Amino acid sequence: MAATTTAIGAAARSAAPTRRTKRRWLHSGLRWVSPVAILLLWQALSATGVLPEKTLAGPAQIFATAADLIQSGELPAALWVSLQRALLGLLFGTVAGIVLGVAAGASRLGDLAVDPPMQMLRTIPLFGLVPLFILWFGIGETPKVLLVALGVVIPLYLNLVAALRGVDPELLEVADTLRLRRLERWRHVIVPAVLPGALVGFRQSLGIAWLALIVAEQIAASKGLGYMINNARDFLQTDVIVVGLLAYAILGLLTDGLVRVLETRALRYRDEGVRA
Amino acid sequence: MSTATRTDSVVRLRGLRRTFADHVVLDDLDLDISPGEFVGVLGRSGSGKTTLLRALAGLDVDTTGELRTGAKPAVVFQDPRLLPWRSVIDNVALGLRGDGAQRRAREALVEVGLDGRDEAWPRQLSGGQRQRVSLARALVREPDLLLLDEPFSALDALTRVGAQRLVQSLWERYRPAVLLVTHDVEESLLLADRTIVIGDGRILYDERFELERPRRRDHPELVARRAELLHLLGVEDAAA
Repeated sequence: MAATTTAIGAAARSAAPTRRTKRRWLHSGLRWVSPVAILLLWQALSATGVLPEKTLAGPAQIFATAADLIQSGELPAALWVSLQRALLGLLFGTVAGIVLGVAAGASRLGDLAVDPPMQMLRTIPLFGLVPLFILWFGIGETPKVLLVALGVVIPLYLNLVAALRGVDPELLEVADTLRLRRLERWRHVIVPAVLPGALVGFRQSLGIAWLALIVAEQIAASKGLGYMINNARDFLQTDVIVVGLLAYAILGLLTDGLVRVLETRALRYRDEGVRA
Repeated sequence: MSTATRTDSVVRLRGLRRTFADHVVLDDLDLDISPGEFVGVLGRSGSGKTTLLRALAGLDVDTTGELRTGAKPAVVFQDPRLLPWRSVIDNVALGLRGDGAQRRAREALVEVGLDGRDEAWPRQLSGGQRQRVSLARALVREPDLLLLDEPFSALDALTRVGAQRLVQSLWERYRPAVLLVTHDVEESLLLADRTIVIGDGRILYDERFELERPRRRDHPELVARRAELLHLLGVEDAAA
């Protein structure tokens, strides 16, 4: 039935005047003009020597270097190391954020115990902790993963607590009158109610996770994207630096897209067509 | 239990009391409702009628006095209160145990005239349809006490008439005891066999009104009773 209604919605949309879709295509095409122009200008400046390679390599060379780095396996290996750090930090941070958020959002005692320290932690600048982390955990994987995890916890925690406090009390009453068991209450009422807010928090967390990773990898690393970039700096390889930055950007876009897919799936009930 | 409940009342309240801070909302209230009895509860806003319903629904644990309510009470609220993230059928089947849950939920939806809308999201339905789903969700639990908290007041006039008829026919088939809280005197007289007026936390009026169904709004007895009740509620009926 739900499929039928979306089909109706889709049909209505495709029946809209084709002139509008044409104009939309033209519009999205026009949006590419200025980026391509910048790229061409950049290439021209590099080719003529106005922009020296020591300052910034040209697009063509960056492209060639990227191909080389992929073929040699250097880029995939570095990418994999960085991705592992990010995922591990994300995992720990998410678990901690959910546990702490549920503790604070679902009970008064939990709120009293958890919220004050979390609010204090929130005011401490994340990257200011780096020196302490190095003192405590050295320069191995631990401080990097922890920095990512810590960056992930705070936004997830804050959004989750707010969402838990915002669960419609009228729906909780319904759960009471239907005599739902504790687990059913969470599964059918609380979790779906909290999901939109939690996902907003998770997306913020993801953004911070990548940022934290980049900072952590700058400090001291013997592998990973950060190491590749730092190494390139020592040899004035601006092309490798740019390739590393692009790799970070693509990873960020990919994970963000993943959350967006999760979001649209979880919020289907809000977006599917309404029959008047 | 089964033989006892047959003759016993479904609801038995003795000296029920509920206060909010210094304000007494229910004051030594006594009430019995027999199995299958349809009771309408009237009262000005703030008279305590919704507080009474919430106590009977088990939603209010801060009452004092003797309170015995249905073994399986079910509630239909003023707004449907469906879970927006669950399909219509999952809303109805919510918390049902056993294998036949989906089948029973589907049958309940047919009963309220919503067959074929099982997989729709609540927000794809009209207000009247949503309230029907809410009714199906209550009925599928086979309640011995159906608590209706102004369930028609948010509906437009035409939809309301249909919903009232639906409630009456479902009651005639399943015969749960019903407590209908309403501010509409006519509605209570159309549907209920007994009308209660609550004021200042007490029962001011408690009379049976047995007229053959379906009842007509312009039946002389109903009109007379309506004028009497409106007078009691402090509203002069211009039409009378």
